[in-house]
Amino acid sequence: MNRPTKAGIAAVALLSSLSLVACGSGFTSTTSAAPSTAAATKSKITVLIGSSGEAETTAVKTAVAAWSTKSGTPAEVQVASDLGQQIAQGFASGSPADIMYVGDQFAAYAKAGNLYDYSAQMTNKADFYPSLVQAFSYKGQLVCAPKDFSTLGLVINTDMWKAAGLTDADIPTTWLQLEAVAKKLTTGGVVGLTYGPEIARLGALMAEAGGGLVDASGAATANSQANIDALTFAKKLETEGVAKNSKDLGAGWGGEAFGKKLAAMVIEGNWISGAMSKDYVGVGWKGVELPAGKAKGTLVFSNCWGVAAKSKNTAGAVDLVNFLTAKDQQLAFGKAFGVIPSIQSAADQFKTDNPNLVPFVNGAAYAQSLPAQPGTKAVIDDLNSKLPGLKTADPKAILDAAQTNLDAALKG
Amino acid sequence: MAQPTSTRRGSANRQGLAGWLFVAPVIVILGVFMLVPILMAVWVSVSDWSGNGSPLASGVNFVGAKNYEAILGGRGLTGQNFGLAIRNNLYYVLFVVPLQTIISLFLAVMVTRKALKAKGFFRTAFYFPSVTSSVAITVLWLFLFNTSGVINKALAAASIKGPNWFNEPAGVLGMLWTKLGMSETGALAQPGLFGISTWQWIQGPSVAMVAFILMAIFTTSGTFMLLFIAALQAIGDETEEAAMIDGATAWQRFRYVTAPMLRPTIYTVVTLGLIGTWQVFDQIAIGSKGDPAKTTVTPAFLSYQSAFVDLAWGRGAAIAFVLFGIIVAMSILQRFILGNADATASTRQERKLDAAARHLAREKREAESSRGAA
Repeated sequence: MNRPTKAGIAAVALLSSLSLVACGSGFTSTTSAAPSTAAATKSKITVLIGSSGEAETTAVKTAVAAWSTKSGTPAEVQVASDLGQQIAQGFASGSPADIMYVGDQFAAYAKAGNLYDYSAQMTNKADFYPSLVQAFSYKGQLVCAPKDFSTLGLVINTDMWKAAGLTDADIPTTWLQLEAVAKKLTTGGVVGLTYGPEIARLGALMAEAGGGLVDASGAATANSQANIDALTFAKKLETEGVAKNSKDLGAGWGGEAFGKKLAAMVIEGNWISGAMSKDYVGVGWKGVELPAGKAKGTLVFSNCWGVAAKSKNTAGAVDLVNFLTAKDQQLAFGKAFGVIPSIQSAADQFKTDNPNLVPFVNGAAYAQSLPAQPGTKAVIDDLNSKLPGLKTADPKAILDAAQTNLDAALKG
Repeated sequence: MAQPTSTRRGSANRQGLAGWLFVAPVIVILGVFMLVPILMAVWVSVSDWSGNGSPLASGVNFVGAKNYEAILGGRGLTGQNFGLAIRNNLYYVLFVVPLQTIISLFLAVMVTRKALKAKGFFRTAFYFPSVTSSVAITVLWLFLFNTSGVINKALAAASIKGPNWFNEPAGVLGMLWTKLGMSETGALAQPGLFGISTWQWIQGPSVAMVAFILMAIFTTSGTFMLLFIAALQAIGDETEEAAMIDGATAWQRFRYVTAPMLRPTIYTVVTLGLIGTWQVFDQIAIGSKGDPAKTTVTPAFLSYQSAFVDLAWGRGAAIAFVLFGIIVAMSILQRFILGNADATASTRQERKLDAAARHLAREKREAESSRGAA
């Protein structure tokens, strides 16, 4: 082979630097185009969603189409196969979707300046649950309208409950009672209680014990005594054999273990209703509020409607979000795919429509959310990687490590 | 050379120009799709780009080696995650590369044997996993190695209680150490290389990783078998026959004749194996996402996760370049160990000549002895 000549090297270098400059200028021109907030243009709105299934997709598409007809602005719903990745790609390329579901990456997007702050234009701002407003506030501003929410509850297999000779009066309201019924429900092939071995389930126990990963001021409190008590309680149940995590039962998540009748009770969110009515039709179930430790506690999960800072039609996008978070529309979503409306004024109507989800709606009053500051996701992932081994691990050691990492993430 | 110099120079220039014209499309394509992205990735790895707009925009700052320091320094969560990823992948490479090379060579020798009937069937069967999508194979593996899956059912039939494969974070070597009475105490518990304690370094691959190792061997052995078949066919029958005349047994023929002549192919297979195993990504992304307890996180998956999930794009790019460095270093190391292909090719030539010379010498001896007998 010939050695490359100097001219060749120079040509390649020139070419690459030219294309680098070209790439750079192409990107920067879109960056410098400031979003116009003045008049609503009629430019097309794209809505990027991560759908739980056909029902959700159809409901969102119908709602967006209705708004499109009303406002005269064309709009399109795209269903992401990997939402986080597609959002990240959109932001990086400088042409993101106008509206998107934003979840636990909320703060990271807000910090990077990817989200358009439309708090002043939200029509339902005062009606959102305070815990949701707190979850989607960045630097004290609600920048992303809560879409809906879910909380955790205790879901009981009613047939096994009856078979064990238990009645409604036995529904546990304390940890002691929970342990007692779990013992009664544990038989040959069935364990009393199961849960996904992750902080998004066991965190509810921490909340009940009066703890949490962060305190009210936002400081890391992962290794507080309350949290240690919570994990120690779960470890005790696992050691006694009356509880097993869903992975040890060979299930992908708590709902699967429950639906397959491997466990009589599960700590899960209200989304389990969809799986029960679709995949496990014959299994009788009932959701109740989680038993209290020191106090009542549960976790709340939510997504919000993020509007991209680089949207070409932010006014139109905000109008669409206001339409989607209005009471009628939220109740329609609740009916279609079982999510609880994010506004308090819709709660009564929702409870009437969905009597079996009442305990989950009630949970919103005392629920806490997991920390979602930039960098905390990696800490929670690390913590989650250790929880499947809780049965043989030292809860304090797990939480001490989490405390060090969380503290670093919150300060960094 | 009778040609006038000026004409020669002119035609050479024109030829040069034409040459550049012909290669221009390739240069442009490689430049746009390889060189420029690589250069941009280099920049991202030393910047604080947050994934908002262009990495070359004015708001993005140069942060020096900060991203590299974060992953290589072994401090905090970032450093530990990288250390774990390196450990996991190192064991993956240590098990997969030798095993897949030996098995593929074995399969190739078996299916090139003259006595074998239905060669086509066996070759297709062994090659089949290689042409199947890795996504499909991973999903198949998840079913096979489920707690109540086929593998555990088969083990149960043999009165062995199978592990909960993809959910078992315990290291296979670690279980052995525990049996021998060792535990994570004293010097073993001290943070070592990349912030990972010695105890964690000597855990070996987790049970979940073992399932991935088996899968890698299952899928790639067929591919490399094909390379070995081609090389075996190139050796030709006469060499084998010469060795047989010399009275070599089947094992001796393989060990002293076939294997040395396959050296360039072994070199290729090991190199490709090293590169492929250090880049393992799709099986992890589909199968386990790094679970259980981060024992199947690999640098390639960590790079993706840092960039797309944690939005630490600079760190993700930095991991990619460190991984590139590891692969280059490994390739150079094994080239050094195996010797380079040119040298092997010339020794092969010498061996052929040697064999021929010995053959002649023996013929001569036989002729002499027969004459002596007469």
